[in-house]
Amino acid sequence: MVQYNLKKITVVPNGKEMIDIVLSRTQRQTPTVVHKGYALSRLRQFYMRKVKYTQQNFHEKLSAIIYEFPRLDDIHPFYGDLLHVLYNKDHYKLALGQVNTARNLIGKIAKDYVKLLKYGDSLYRCKCLKVAALGRMCTVVKRISPSLAYLEQIRQHMARLPSIDPNTRTILICGYPNVGKSSFMNKITRADVDVQPYAFTTKSLFVGHTDYKYLRYQVIDTPGILDRPFEDRNIIEMCSITALAHLRAAVLFFLDISGSCGYSIAQQAALFHSIKSLFMNKPLIIVCNKIDLQPIESISEEDRKLVMEMKAEALKTVIGQGSEPTNEEGVLVAMSTLTEDGIIAVKNAACERLLDQRVELKMKSKKINDCLNRFHVAVPKPRDRMERPPCIPQAVLEARAKQAAENADRETKRTEKDLENENGGAGVYSANLRKHYILANEEWKEDIMPEILDGHNVYDFVDPDILQRLEELEREEGLRLAEDAVDDFEMDDLELTPQEKEALAEIRKKKSLLIREHRMKKSTAESRPIVPRKFDKDRKFTSERMGRELSSLGLDPSLAISRARSRSRGRKRHRSPETGINGQDAMDMDIEPSNKKLRARSRSASRSKSRPPSEVVPGEGFRDSSQKNKAIKLFKKSSMKRNKDARRGEADRVIPTLKPKHLFSGKRSIGKTQRR
Amino acid sequence: MRLEKCWFCSSTVYPGHGIQFVRNDAKIFRFCRSKCHKNFKMKRNPRKVKWTKAYRRLHGKDMTQDSTFEFERKRNRPERYDRNLTENTLKAIKTIDKVRSARQDRHHAQRMKGKKSKEQMEAKKELEQQIHMVKAPSVFQHEPHLAMPKLKVKVSQQQLEENHAMEE
Repeated sequence: MVQYNLKKITVVPNGKEMIDIVLSRTQRQTPTVVHKGYALSRLRQFYMRKVKYTQQNFHEKLSAIIYEFPRLDDIHPFYGDLLHVLYNKDHYKLALGQVNTARNLIGKIAKDYVKLLKYGDSLYRCKCLKVAALGRMCTVVKRISPSLAYLEQIRQHMARLPSIDPNTRTILICGYPNVGKSSFMNKITRADVDVQPYAFTTKSLFVGHTDYKYLRYQVIDTPGILDRPFEDRNIIEMCSITALAHLRAAVLFFLDISGSCGYSIAQQAALFHSIKSLFMNKPLIIVCNKIDLQPIESISEEDRKLVMEMKAEALKTVIGQGSEPTNEEGVLVAMSTLTEDGIIAVKNAACERLLDQRVELKMKSKKINDCLNRFHVAVPKPRDRMERPPCIPQAVLEARAKQAAENADRETKRTEKDLENENGGAGVYSANLRKHYILANEEWKEDIMPEILDGHNVYDFVDPDILQRLEELEREEGLRLAEDAVDDFEMDDLELTPQEKEALAEIRKKKSLLIREHRMKKSTAESRPIVPRKFDKDRKFTSERMGRELSSLGLDPSLAISRARSRSRGRKRHRSPETGINGQDAMDMDIEPSNKKLRARSRSASRSKSRPPSEVVPGEGFRDSSQKNKAIKLFKKSSMKRNKDARRGEADRVIPTLKPKHLFSGKRSIGKTQRR
Repeated sequence: MRLEKCWFCSSTVYPGHGIQFVRNDAKIFRFCRSKCHKNFKMKRNPRKVKWTKAYRRLHGKDMTQDSTFEFERKRNRPERYDRNLTENTLKAIKTIDKVRSARQDRHHAQRMKGKKSKEQMEAKKELEQQIHMVKAPSVFQHEPHLAMPKLKVKVSQQQLEENHAMEE
């Protein structure tokens, strides 16, 4: 018998996918370049290779499918029956048969076309033959694509079947729906089967493992069975029937005493009797579940009678096994999965019965004699009849008693969690953490201590002997105050008189003025033209000014002014000699402008410092005001046309390049160019 | 919740203010505002930056050693709560503050002690040396007053005549 691994069957590709895979492989793995100038044999060989290669690939893939899928006759009857129940044997066999036929057909196609290719006379003809061959092979595969899809589905489902070993120790749980089979399963094994209040929660077989006496037992949970004729059963029920029929296991028939599954004891008993033929040669145990809802003593008379009937049946199986003394306890057991009362007893009973049966069978077979000779159990011979119980010292007994008392106590102690739940739960109640503080005075427990005071941390100042240190500090401070009172004196002899103060203020004002002027001069030095003194526009270097300053200092300026005037040359040089006063020459006397002009000037000076544009300023280079006027006119005339044209002039601000390249492009040597 | 000291300027950092910087060697720098933080990032030494407490202490502008500073010490071992102790502590903080500010004032006064006399000397010297800006020295012989008699000048037509007179 070939060993099948149902979980490791290769994926069955879709029809289209299979074609794609094989054709692309042909494309890649065979040479692709051919020209019509090649030798004819070479052309033929090229195309024959392609056809053969394609056929080989298809053959491989289809063979893999055929070999990997199990043959229902070759596997254990339990699995065979299970697969039949789930997938319908006929359909399954048909699909596999189709795959096989396809494989053969493809082989035939390839053979035929290769034969034809041997006589192809041109590139074009060979190519057409190859195209036809591949096309026909692909059509074959396309035709079986529904079978392939079906096989793929089966493969996926088979991979998920529970891995049940039909030959090892097994315990089978059966009964009506909702009696508590899956709950029991969850309790004794690590399987996590769905437990829900509706019927047919368990829809397929589930396997769990449990241990007893150092041996591993398989526990199989089945879907519930209803009392129906055999032909009417659906697939789910058939699963459990199959399991019952084929597996050599201890059977636990579950009975719901309380009737909360929705079926009365009578119905359950009826089911029992209808399937008792399946319990042949299997250790049977009747399990009464849900005794927390209905204790077994208080069921009605008819029900009790039915139960006793079932028990009698079960006993028959026990008796049927032969020389074992009948143990009535092991046949009918009561338990409750909710309160976990009696679960272990049931498991032990079932395992024990199964073990006994298997050992019996093994003993009866011939092989046992080989093993029996190999081991020998030695039991020491009792010396006398004295009983020697284990010795427990008194201290340990006392400790145990105390521990028991504490455990009892702990259940009654009230925890903080209980308190929280009473007062509204986690979000509503906040525990008082200060309850258990150990303080010198109990009243201080709810005190709030300030952390910050006047910009200091209070905790930094806390000190047990702070009072004492404070006292010392105050003492020091007192001493120092006393010292200071002595030291306090002021030197008053250098006080200034009010006159002196005035003079000092005057001095300081003048000094600050000078400094300010100097600062202004310094700051405008770069943009100010350096004009020699004889061209002073602002008339700073006049003798009048000198006179004013000197007189403010208290000196008589007249001598100084006359000296200055005598040294200076005439301010204006007139071509025509002007007769001065008393016949003196214009040169000898300072020609002062007439009073009128002086007045005008002084008036304008008192108002503002601006000059008329035609006035000749010495530094500019004009001879007289008429020349200056002419120059101005010329300038204005020249710019008039340009202005009328509204052209851009010298004084109009212009940006020569709106987007200079160096600002808008290029990378920076350091930094980012996120903004420009 | 604690009040910390700014590493740069030594002012108190209240909760919700400033930035804490933890260096790779696990030293924590606390700053009261971005001014101090930016100065730190520029790697300036607070001992050289005029407006910080570190500079002022180093250069003797503020009081450095005093017994009032010893009251405030970071204690790592917590004390069991005692109401009387807390009361005393709170009162003590206030008196200590007073004492400390008094001492700081005294220190400042001590520092500024010679200022008045110095100023007076300077004023005297200035009067002696710079009096020529206000009044020419030769005039002193006629008028021993220190300042010039103030002239009230009417700004009008009359001024021209007066100016003439002055110029002559």
